[in-house]
Amino acid sequence: MNHPRSAFGAPPGDRRAPPASRGTASGPAKPDPRRPLGSAPVRGSRTYYHFKPYNVGRWIVWGLFALVLLLAPKLWTSSFAHTMLSQMGIAIIVCLSYNVLLGQGGMLSFGHAVYSGLGSFLAIHTLNLVSAGKLGLPVSLVPLAGGLGGLLFAGALGYVSTKKAGTTFAMITLGIGELVWSMSLMLPEFFGGEGGITGNRVAGTPMFGITFGPQVQLYYLIAAYCFVSTAALFALTRTPLGRMLNAVRDNPERVEFIGYSTQQVRFLAFIVAGFFAGIGGGLAALNFEIVTAEVVGAGRSGAYLLFVFLGGATFFFGPIIGAVLMVIALVLLSELTQAWLLYLGLVFLFMVMYAPGGISSLIMMNLRLAAFGKLRALWASYLALAGTAFVILVGAGAMIEMIYHLQLNAALGPEMKFMGATLNSQRFDTWFGAAFVLVTGIALFELTRREFVRQWGTIQEEVEKEIKRRELL
Amino acid sequence: MNLRPQDAARRPPGTGTDPRVALGERPARGGPAPGTPALELRDVHKNFGKTQIIRGATLAVQPGERVAIIGPNGAGKSTLFNLISGRFGSTSGDILLNGRKIDGLAPYEINRLGLARSFQVSNLFTRLSVFENIRCAVLWQLGYRYSFWRFLADLRDANDRTEEVLEMIKLHKRRDVLAMNLTYAEQRALEIGITIAGGSTVILLDEPTAGMSRSETTRFVNLIREVTAGKTLLTVEHDMGVVFGLADKIAVLVYGQVIAFDVPDAVRANPRVQEAYLGSVLADAQVASVGP
Repeated sequence: MNHPRSAFGAPPGDRRAPPASRGTASGPAKPDPRRPLGSAPVRGSRTYYHFKPYNVGRWIVWGLFALVLLLAPKLWTSSFAHTMLSQMGIAIIVCLSYNVLLGQGGMLSFGHAVYSGLGSFLAIHTLNLVSAGKLGLPVSLVPLAGGLGGLLFAGALGYVSTKKAGTTFAMITLGIGELVWSMSLMLPEFFGGEGGITGNRVAGTPMFGITFGPQVQLYYLIAAYCFVSTAALFALTRTPLGRMLNAVRDNPERVEFIGYSTQQVRFLAFIVAGFFAGIGGGLAALNFEIVTAEVVGAGRSGAYLLFVFLGGATFFFGPIIGAVLMVIALVLLSELTQAWLLYLGLVFLFMVMYAPGGISSLIMMNLRLAAFGKLRALWASYLALAGTAFVILVGAGAMIEMIYHLQLNAALGPEMKFMGATLNSQRFDTWFGAAFVLVTGIALFELTRREFVRQWGTIQEEVEKEIKRRELL
Repeated sequence: MNLRPQDAARRPPGTGTDPRVALGERPARGGPAPGTPALELRDVHKNFGKTQIIRGATLAVQPGERVAIIGPNGAGKSTLFNLISGRFGSTSGDILLNGRKIDGLAPYEINRLGLARSFQVSNLFTRLSVFENIRCAVLWQLGYRYSFWRFLADLRDANDRTEEVLEMIKLHKRRDVLAMNLTYAEQRALEIGITIAGGSTVILLDEPTAGMSRSETTRFVNLIREVTAGKTLLTVEHDMGVVFGLADKIAVLVYGQVIAFDVPDAVRANPRVQEAYLGSVLADAQVASVGP
């Protein structure tokens, strides 16, 4: 069985140890157990941790990732789509950087937007210097200025917050977030006050005719940064620092007794997270060409936390899913309905309660079943669950939308559109109908859920038995 | 002997001195004068508020000695371990490791000087695999520190050393299991593995066999003997079978003071020990020690 973390593959350049002197399948020859520690090794006992000859899977995964980044703007060609894709690329970087803290280091930060936001501000000021001809920096490197800004602020502020872990850490990040937010109103020279700071990304001398004027050019810049950042952050999980960060998450006390300072590990991780958040912020500055104080606000920090959690903090690729969802929710869902925040809150609530590992853990659980050939048995249940959940959504959605309509759009009359149908939000039978659909949906869902739980349990048992059987072989 | 890890990693297998040799025999920097105790306590006191837990403990353990610390409940055995390993700061007195004062240092600094400890309640990296648990414990001593520019998979000396430890603690077949999914006895073995993996010369084991069955305990005592061969060993233990199985000398701690420190027979005959610490327990132990 692969360890879950290896699912995403390693970046190119992670060299494998040669499989040459691996022991037999049942384990290598046992050395003399009485041999004292640190004496000359027995040659026959050498096994290498990475004995997989060549990891094809990870090249495929990274190749696909690059391909998706390359081809996405060819598939969705509208300029609106390009804007969204650009935002997704930026969000991926920031969410992955946040997960260095949350998923890998067990640090619940409520102020990650401070570093992406301050990165944005530094980048836009840098961009304006370039525009004014005072700085001979190509626009494509401006995000690095943002990254440097994020790194410096993470170094300064992180020194305070990483002194502690757990709740204290969370509180300090919250405090720092508020501090920076209030500073943004006190220092209009830097933060631009209410109006923010504007810039123009078509600045300096274009290289190879690339001006970054058209959105698609900027998209490819973002995609390049996104790929490199993802690879770098994945590589980090394979290094001594990355592993010790996991150790600090699992058991900070023990880490202190194997030679590492937990504070130092947290601090370094915090700086890394700040750097990549700053790069994301810098790209956002180029993308929007305006940076307002809200980018350092608690709302933004909360969104990073929420969507990284939704995507799943346990797995490296979870935040990527979360980032894509974040842009979809913030851009598309908010267009679709006024009640989008309510829906988002409900989704978050159910996720925390029923799938605390996020979407990525749901995917991995099902991949595990698929690996044992058990997924087919669940298809019918999944369909039934999705169907009944949809019925609940229709019922609940109708009621929520009617409430919002009554509260906010009463001047437009009682009629409103919902999923193609016209509903009268003031008539009793509409409400009764919606409630009926909702209750029926809940009842059916609960029935299918119970059946599913039973089925799931049986299959898990079968898988466990299978694993035991294979272990004995 | 002072091969740097990267040099070691670059060398092809089967040539030259193995870097692991350096681990077990790492001398303290500057080298202590001959005859310096590996671990020495001088009149150590520890108060929690007004309560005196340790009141003038004095003890000198020579290199390679294997010492069991026994004493009635509440005598301060675990507190003493916590003081030595840096978990708590002492109120007064000196603690010396290879002649070097270590009280007041952080646990990680003490560990870097060559002292490692295990815990009474297994203290593992629960969501990491057995292999990763051990590898984390070898990284610092091999000089990898906080590096983020090298892949773990390329650190041959760290990986080899990890494999070696896994075989010593007989967990090599469970290498990819998460620590939280191990059985209790396996977790205890991993606990010991993490403690010895870094190659520290002074090893503190806090009730290593707590909660184990008789047969498990017997096997475990043998395991501990193997993995700590040649090292200075201090154990806190209630089980007298384990005490006699592991220790050459016994230190008796009563009310925060070491009232006797000698070979088992002499301790048994010591009237102060018999007076303060139930002779009957030792008598029982004598019977038990005949068993394994």
